[in-house]
Amino acid sequence: MSSESIHHGQQGVAAASSHDLHEEHHHHHGEESFISKYVFSQDHKMIAKQFLITGMIWAIIGGLFSVIFRLQLGYPEMTFPFLEDIFGKWAVGGRISNEFYYALVTMHGTILVFFVLTAGLSGTFANFLIPLQIGARDMASPFLNMLSYWFFFLASVIMFSSLFIQTGPAAGGWTIYPPLSALGQASEGSKLGMDFWLVSMAMFIVSSLLGGLNYISTILNMRTKGMTMTRMPLTIWAIFFTAVLGVLSFPVLLSGAILLLFDRNLGTSFYLSEIVVKGEILPNEGGSAILFQHLFWFLGHPEVYIILMPALGMVSEVMSVNSRKPIFGYLAMVGSLFAIAILAFLVWAHHMFVTGLNPFLGAFFVLLTLLIAVPSAIKVFNWLTTLWRGNLRFTPAMLFAIGFVSLFISGGLTGIFLGNSTLDIHLHDTYFVVAHFHIVMGVASFFGMFAGVYHWFPKMYGRYMNNTMAYIHFWVTLVGAYLIFWPMHYAGLAGMPRRYTDYSNWHSFNMFADMNRFISTVAMIVFAVQLLFVFNFFYSIWKGRKVTTKNPWGSNTLEWTTPIRPGHGNWPGEIPEVHRWPYDYGKDGRDYISQIEPIGEGESHH
Amino acid sequence: MSGYFILAILALAFLVTFQIAKASEYVSVLKGEEKTFQQNNRINAFLFIVFLVLGLIGAWWCNDLFFKKTLLAHPAASDHGEKIDKMLWLTLGVTGLVFFLTQILLFWFAFKYQYTEKRKAYYFAHSNKLELIWTVVPAIFLTLLVGLGLFYWFKITGDAPKDAQLVEITGKQFNWMMRYPGKDGVFGRKNYRLTDASNGNALGVDWEDGSSHDDLESTEMHLVVNKPVQLVINAQDVIHDVGLPHFRMKMDAVPGIPTTLWFTPKYTTAKMKEITGDKDFVYEIACDQMCGSGHYSMKGLIIVETQEEYDKWIATQKPQYLTVKAAQTEASPKVVADTLKTTAVPASAKPIAQNTQH
Ligand SMILES: [Cu+2]
Ligand SMILES: [Cu+2]
Repeated sequence: MSSESIHHGQQGVAAASSHDLHEEHHHHHGEESFISKYVFSQDHKMIAKQFLITGMIWAIIGGLFSVIFRLQLGYPEMTFPFLEDIFGKWAVGGRISNEFYYALVTMHGTILVFFVLTAGLSGTFANFLIPLQIGARDMASPFLNMLSYWFFFLASVIMFSSLFIQTGPAAGGWTIYPPLSALGQASEGSKLGMDFWLVSMAMFIVSSLLGGLNYISTILNMRTKGMTMTRMPLTIWAIFFTAVLGVLSFPVLLSGAILLLFDRNLGTSFYLSEIVVKGEILPNEGGSAILFQHLFWFLGHPEVYIILMPALGMVSEVMSVNSRKPIFGYLAMVGSLFAIAILAFLVWAHHMFVTGLNPFLGAFFVLLTLLIAVPSAIKVFNWLTTLWRGNLRFTPAMLFAIGFVSLFISGGLTGIFLGNSTLDIHLHDTYFVVAHFHIVMGVASFFGMFAGVYHWFPKMYGRYMNNTMAYIHFWVTLVGAYLIFWPMHYAGLAGMPRRYTDYSNWHSFNMFADMNRFISTVAMIVFAVQLLFVFNFFYSIWKGRKVTTKNPWGSNTLEWTTPIRPGHGNWPGEIPEVHRWPYDYGKDGRDYISQIEPIGEGESHH
Repeated sequence: MSGYFILAILALAFLVTFQIAKASEYVSVLKGEEKTFQQNNRINAFLFIVFLVLGLIGAWWCNDLFFKKTLLAHPAASDHGEKIDKMLWLTLGVTGLVFFLTQILLFWFAFKYQYTEKRKAYYFAHSNKLELIWTVVPAIFLTLLVGLGLFYWFKITGDAPKDAQLVEITGKQFNWMMRYPGKDGVFGRKNYRLTDASNGNALGVDWEDGSSHDDLESTEMHLVVNKPVQLVINAQDVIHDVGLPHFRMKMDAVPGIPTTLWFTPKYTTAKMKEITGDKDFVYEIACDQMCGSGHYSMKGLIIVETQEEYDKWIATQKPQYLTVKAAQTEASPKVVADTLKTTAVPASAKPIAQNTQH
């Protein structure tokens, strides 16, 4: 099994392999055991599906958590006895306890940010698309790739078990700022649950490093003949920058997490100084709680681009295919991804304008943060121009791509408020922030992911997902996302702080009770519709309409030159050679020209 | 009971949707895929336009409903707040323009360029001129926003005026404690190891430092209208945040690292009641940094009043040192003698005398 995979790896590098070898390998794969095919698989396509399905399970859990805490926020005066049946002491009398509320909020954030939108999104599409779109038989190291999934699985198991600890899982917010997260006395969630969180994240970081290094080396070294960097689809560019960001920033979070583990368990004082907690005077002196925030946000900011960039790439690809037009400004699209990736490293302290950061230093972070709006604007206008005079096919993937652009605009523009330190003083940690990042990195990235799933589902399973359910899924989610998050901006402009269990005792904020009830109701409907998507996904794996042609979307990229259900190794014969960029749609009167077609005699230049 | 009812309805809705979805797939096979595709395409294109129109109406309606509940509906209660509101309006204007322009184009294009057999997509791969335009124009607007933003930022974070009133605010799970420097204008030294709430020293003041003897401690913050105030911000256990929505100010309270902010309150609490038309109006301090299970209840009060009202209030306050001393004398004279020997022997009588003299 493993020698077979190494064998593929070498073939990929050589980019040339004989037919004999391939018949042999097909024969071999026919006998593959269940374990090596579905569990400890080294086929990048299977690993992608493992990431996707694990991510979906996490998304259901994380989403359900938000539904539960929205019950408390929307209906603070009501009791829900069934909650006590399920959660026992965490919901005595059918009311969510404060500790439980904060545990739910923390887990919701952690799960969605890391386990769903990092592992579930990049893990899935980096694994699935890199070899298929650059013309390789598998990743540079299929074995490390498999390990990457299993470290993610281990991280998942640890995080999931932390839900069952007697003192509960971590409850200090997904940003786990010390000293709150360092002191068990300060919060139930900072007891054993926090150690589980940190160890789980350490495993997660290992997973993401193994994956990231693999993605980078595969993209750099294993492209098929003719696939120059500037002929790569934008998906691959986006995934490439995502991987670079992850590899350079995740280790910093790892160091931050390890120091926190030391402070918690070994009596060090990296983050602790002059603390009196619940009347107890602690001996720690000389640490800095702010140090952790620097370490955290050095990953935390790039992290939002790690989440968003694969979506940027997939949306560009899906939009071009379904507009039957080239993506407008390919090089500008690559350039803006590059600019966003570079800037991502230089803006972390915009999360810290009100921590007592030196105002002079803050000024640079304002400048660099608002600079991000320039490449973002380029992307938006390029997408708009891609749609302009196209011939648009509204496949479910295309709907989500267009929805993505709408959300990216809405959420991106509010970033201009928050990145400006003067306004951040007022808006920091209010619902304005909640609205901003949920729209631009939460829902928008989900839209990118949905676009990807609907678009590449036929390649994954050889079947289509059901269109009617997909349309319902899209329209309810788009409308719901705006109904949930648009009004939150107003609460933010009223200064309403985030992460409050209950606003009824606040004269300044209690006028939003109706709004909260409305948001909670919509959130439940939107959650139910996501279940419809999950149902559609699994139903279609077995019962979906069968794909009958190799290239159902009329697409130029290489994955559509493989058989309908490609085996391990992707192409039964030689890997095709690439002769052109991937966006020749509608050129010289032709609907599309695949990347593998040589440049014709009298073909025009673009 | 109603829970099961809702579940049953949900399951039913699911089933119906699923049956319709399945049926529509069969119909599409009967009608021909091409025809179904075109029909679906038209429906979705139409829905995009509907979404745009309803979205714009919805945005207007939402604004109508909620704007008056935001702080922008009334003037900011501090000088810094006025600057921040100005910046906010400018940013709202610029981003609002871009928002409507791009969203309308997006959904309009989606509708207008929907698939028809007649049209061929226009091969348009790039245009340096266009790309230059939408690099430069946003850059110019951003320069404006950054420039003005930083101008205000340095004003707001600059040094407080010399005559600013000093107030110390300390956060702990889950309340705020205030301290006033008293007549000498200097806070007494603190040492966190001396913290002893049960003996009246919740802040860990070092009574050996004579300047602590006239310091006042309070649970509310009293400020004088039109007089600049500088807050010295501390935290004892975890990070908190002094959030002052009406003054548009905010600053973290970090254990071990004191921070500050300053502003000038412009309206007394009474005046604010008039301005907002809300007879129950109060200036609330909201903790804006997740600090544990009681985070949502960590509230403080600020009372902004005229100089006379403030003077009247401060006259009723007794220095914490005296309270502590009195309590100790009452409890056990011997112990007091001991503790005072180690803590405040040289200054035990003097500062009190000073207080009465001034
Ligand atoms: Cu950031
Ligand atoms: Cu607090």
